[in-house]
Amino acid sequence: MTNLSVDAIAQVEQPLPGAPNNWKRFFSFSTDHKVIGIQYLVTSFFFFLVGGILAMIIRGELITPEADLLDRAVYNAMFTMHGTIMLFLWTFPSLVGLSNYLVPLMIGAKDMAFPRLNAAAFWMVPVFGVILMASFLVPGGPSQSGWWAYPPVSLQNPTGNLINGQVLWILAVAISGVSSIMGAVNFVTTIARMRAPGMTWFRMPVFVWTVFAAQIIQLFGLPALTAGAVMLLLDLTVGTSFFDPARGGDPVLFQHFFWFYSHPAVYVIILPIFGIFSEIFPVYARKPLFGYKVVAISSLIITGLSGIVWVHHMFASGTPGWMRMVFMATTMLISVPTGIKVFAWVATIWGGKLRLNTPMLFALGGLVMFVFAGVTGIMLASVPFDIHVNNTYFVVGHFHYVIYGAVVMGMYAALYHWFPKMTGRMYSEGLGKLHFVLTLIGTNLNFFPMHPLGLQGMPRRVASYDPEFAFWNVVASLGAFLLGMSTLPFILNMIGSWVQGEAAPKNPWRAIGLEWLVSSPPTVENFEELPIVVAEPYGYGKSDPLVANPDRLEVVHESH
Amino acid sequence: MNPTDVNASLNTKGSTDHTPDLHTNTEHHHDEAGNSMFGFIVFLVSESVIFLSFFAGYIVYKTTALDWLPSGVTGLETREPAINTIVLVSSSFVIYIAERFLHVKNLWGFRLFWLLTMAMGSYFLYGQAVEWRGLPFGFTDGVFGGTFYLLTGFHGLHVLTGILLQAIMLVRSLIPGNYDRGEFGVAATSLFWHFVDVIWIILFVLIYVWQ
Repeated sequence: MTNLSVDAIAQVEQPLPGAPNNWKRFFSFSTDHKVIGIQYLVTSFFFFLVGGILAMIIRGELITPEADLLDRAVYNAMFTMHGTIMLFLWTFPSLVGLSNYLVPLMIGAKDMAFPRLNAAAFWMVPVFGVILMASFLVPGGPSQSGWWAYPPVSLQNPTGNLINGQVLWILAVAISGVSSIMGAVNFVTTIARMRAPGMTWFRMPVFVWTVFAAQIIQLFGLPALTAGAVMLLLDLTVGTSFFDPARGGDPVLFQHFFWFYSHPAVYVIILPIFGIFSEIFPVYARKPLFGYKVVAISSLIITGLSGIVWVHHMFASGTPGWMRMVFMATTMLISVPTGIKVFAWVATIWGGKLRLNTPMLFALGGLVMFVFAGVTGIMLASVPFDIHVNNTYFVVGHFHYVIYGAVVMGMYAALYHWFPKMTGRMYSEGLGKLHFVLTLIGTNLNFFPMHPLGLQGMPRRVASYDPEFAFWNVVASLGAFLLGMSTLPFILNMIGSWVQGEAAPKNPWRAIGLEWLVSSPPTVENFEELPIVVAEPYGYGKSDPLVANPDRLEVVHESH
Repeated sequence: MNPTDVNASLNTKGSTDHTPDLHTNTEHHHDEAGNSMFGFIVFLVSESVIFLSFFAGYIVYKTTALDWLPSGVTGLETREPAINTIVLVSSSFVIYIAERFLHVKNLWGFRLFWLLTMAMGSYFLYGQAVEWRGLPFGFTDGVFGGTFYLLTGFHGLHVLTGILLQAIMLVRSLIPGNYDRGEFGVAATSLFWHFVDVIWIILFVLIYVWQ
């Protein structure tokens, strides 16, 4: 442990610009996809903590039935900012960061197709983060219309200022959209055209398939949100009447624009998590992924179906009966490709020689949480049930099981799994397991009570409630504070291990994949010579080599 | 891809990687231009969804509105916009001729027809400005006024962008030898121009023909 190897010291002494040991590159306009990936991950995790603090303030208000902690207007601002930050500044950028880091390595490319575009897209994240945060400082405070900004609520401008919370909110979301489109063009081009020799479509790891499927959704969905946001902004600033019902506008049209993107956006978030599950289960079960081709193709089927389900958010928005029936059917249909994946993962684990370290525990926990969320999702897809629980805590509980239970836990699994690759250090397994236990208990304590609350009829987005709902609310609040605490061992682990963890070998997990054939962390160029792929992924239990030139991927350092 | 294809690519790689000659270098450049064009087409497909969303919104408003036209407005004059349409649509053919000239390395022919495209685009914008000035309704006059100025204005911004891109490509053609190996920028600008044209045709049918 105390013996630092000689070449490690030698590298510290000569930090070349952009070399893997120069920490300053993380604060520069670096075009290295690995640096940008980590920039995304760290920035978004900061905002995850900000959004988490807002969530704990919300749960602090809800621990008693009376509205006693916050002013009601401030409470509205809190849940609006919580939702906006968690989606646009945590889940999207963190997954883009992970994809940025992994996709070029996994397909055997030296970088993304457009490295400068990549860097520009990243640097927009802190810009719109600051714009969104600045809305706390303008008169009237941040937007109070929720993360979906429905008019006519979002069209009210009580202070009368041109620069108000809602305008800043639209601006931030618009810049986020531009950044995401730039990223999506980059990912789709990279995956379609930058694959290494022999890396055919059906030799790509499932993670790459899911990123491809997710980024296609960005390309067709985001422009619709942009169109709606432009019209909302014009209504708010210039005085047009697109969404103002008093002057002939149609507020429901905004809901269509919004959900045409924002429902598929759920798949933008969950698809890469499916990819993470598909990468992690084979490694720690030591078995090939069950039904690889079917799992890969079902990602694209989800992409296709995700474009025709958005109206299920609007069953109670005066939607005609035939439309309700059609969208109920399409929504239930999308559970088929999703269910196929779940079966494939279960079949992968089945009979495997499981290694229950932190990434595997998080992946298993995430899978169970996702199945629970899937069950409530099917319930919500059904029109009569949805109308019954519309705008109640049941919906809140459902999507928090997706976004915290599956996405955040899947994200943690990925961060632990690839931490040795990214940093060249091993994390602490003990802290990791503590983190897992706290997260699993906290998630269920926080979000399970929302289901009985919703069934009893507690509406969402209220600062005070009937005392009969008090019990489950206290439980949920305690869970929220526990979740807040659960990030502490994680942060300690990540920082501590990065600084003084044990040095990681190339492939600590004996995983099969191009990223595990190069050193940890990889060199700036990733591959000195492009890998020539000769086998399908997930060849666990077989002894076939993955590439024809494993010894020539990197320059051999003759230091020993 | 079957195993023989992989072997073929394996062999070509094996023969080039020890002697990185000019061939791989140009192949690399070719690949980057190909990436850029692919990425640009992906971007245009995505961009078209914004227009499709606006069009969908327009159709919803027009078919459901109780009072579609603001009071005192009887409809839109179609003669001048039709002339504008002809000019813009023909400019797509002109820019194609310019590209052909560049293809056969006739730079002056390229510049002449390229400039002609810019002139036709500018005439279109001028015509639209004249039309806007003469209209009896404004941006905030109901959903009709809102959608009209939103659609024509957003499209006009794209025309302006196209002309600015053309100006950049024209200036870059003055750099000696700059376009010798073909030019991604020219091809992309031209594609963008065709895109703006197709959007206008749909827009013209929706707003002016369907009244």
